[in-house]
Amino acid sequence: MALLCSLRKVGVSLGGRRVLRDIDLALDAGQVLGVTGPNGSGKTTLIRAIATLVAVDRGGGMVLGAALGTDQVYEARRHIGLMGHRPTVILELTLHENLDHVARLTGIEPGRVSHALEVVGLGDAAAMRADRASHGMIRRLEVARLLLTKPRLLLLDEATHGLDSSARELVDALISRATTDGGGVVFVSHDVDRLSAACDDILRLDLGTMETSS
Amino acid sequence: MSFWHQTLELARVDLTVERRLGETLRIIAPFALVALAIFPLAMGLRLTLVSEMGTAVFWAVGVLFGMQVGLRRSSSDDRERRDLHALLGVDPSARFAGRVLAGSLLTTIFLVVLFLAMTVLYGPELPESAVLGATLAIILAAVGLAELGTIAGEITWGLRDRTALASLIVAPLAIPLVIGGSQTLQAMAGDTGILPWVLLMITTDLALAVAGVALARPLEEATR
Repeated sequence: MALLCSLRKVGVSLGGRRVLRDIDLALDAGQVLGVTGPNGSGKTTLIRAIATLVAVDRGGGMVLGAALGTDQVYEARRHIGLMGHRPTVILELTLHENLDHVARLTGIEPGRVSHALEVVGLGDAAAMRADRASHGMIRRLEVARLLLTKPRLLLLDEATHGLDSSARELVDALISRATTDGGGVVFVSHDVDRLSAACDDILRLDLGTMETSS
Repeated sequence: MSFWHQTLELARVDLTVERRLGETLRIIAPFALVALAIFPLAMGLRLTLVSEMGTAVFWAVGVLFGMQVGLRRSSSDDRERRDLHALLGVDPSARFAGRVLAGSLLTTIFLVVLFLAMTVLYGPELPESAVLGATLAIILAAVGLAELGTIAGEITWGLRDRTALASLIVAPLAIPLVIGGSQTLQAMAGDTGILPWVLLMITTDLALAVAGVALARPLEEATR
């Protein structure tokens, strides 16, 4: 199995405070890795470090073949999909325009935008501005973005928080598709039952340190 | 996707957002017009003095408020949007160029409106041929201000007092644009050559473009 991501003794400091210390993890293709822990334990920072969006100041690692801290990560980033707990939408654009913007920037056929919106149940709301859409609709829009861009490494940070059951099923389908296509998923959640059902392995973080791996 | 494709797409979205928010024409322009209208009152409505000072006041007000156009656009860039663009493989240089393209267009419109208001309020003595020189100077100043605003916005991104700090960065660097712009109009009024002043503005714009493109990636990574 191909190794998609590996971290060795990784440490991250933000604003002079050590947020992560001595983190080791490995994610193979087809695997779903769960991460849980209390608030402030460093889960989001870990996700951002894997996404190469935050600098690692100790240890090292590799994400999609790119060594962390090198220019190789710029190419790797385009194969990483992140659904964070804050929305990545442009509020002044409509739902369709948001997805169309993604398609135009990545060279995806614009005709696929409407289809992706239909799949996540936003076909009728395509012309609605994002600042008038509900939390659930924005989450669905982000699922549509990830369906469109098909990342190899899918990073979900509390992606199902506040979603109804049908929207959670969409996230499950996203995970399923990523793993069957040879990708991998890191899934952060407080919901241990949900992680147990969806993940091959679960890491528990506390105060920036990896407590257990089960 | 190519650099230019990404640049044009980012500029298109910036202009769409601006069309819906209307920050430049509904918020910045009215304040600039008020500032322009107040100066003649402060000069005691002495018509000769007002007429002579018209172009100088235009450049002072235009640059001060014009730099806000670029700064406001870059302040709308939140962390999530920057992350999204990074993960979509957007070249930071294209992000800079797209923002400058949109900012240049908005600042040009803003300066044109301000210039027309100045000619009505101050009645400066400009030959008919000055229209071409004024247009050229306004476009070159708009490009420079958009570049400066975008660079300053990137340098100060994520800082709490970024607006004040960005203004302090932009103001001294805008001096060549103010001198070039004002001297171009004065040279046209005095029927002397504008070439040195136009070249000063072009050189400033090019230097800022090179700096902006070269610094785009390091600045984006440093402010993560």
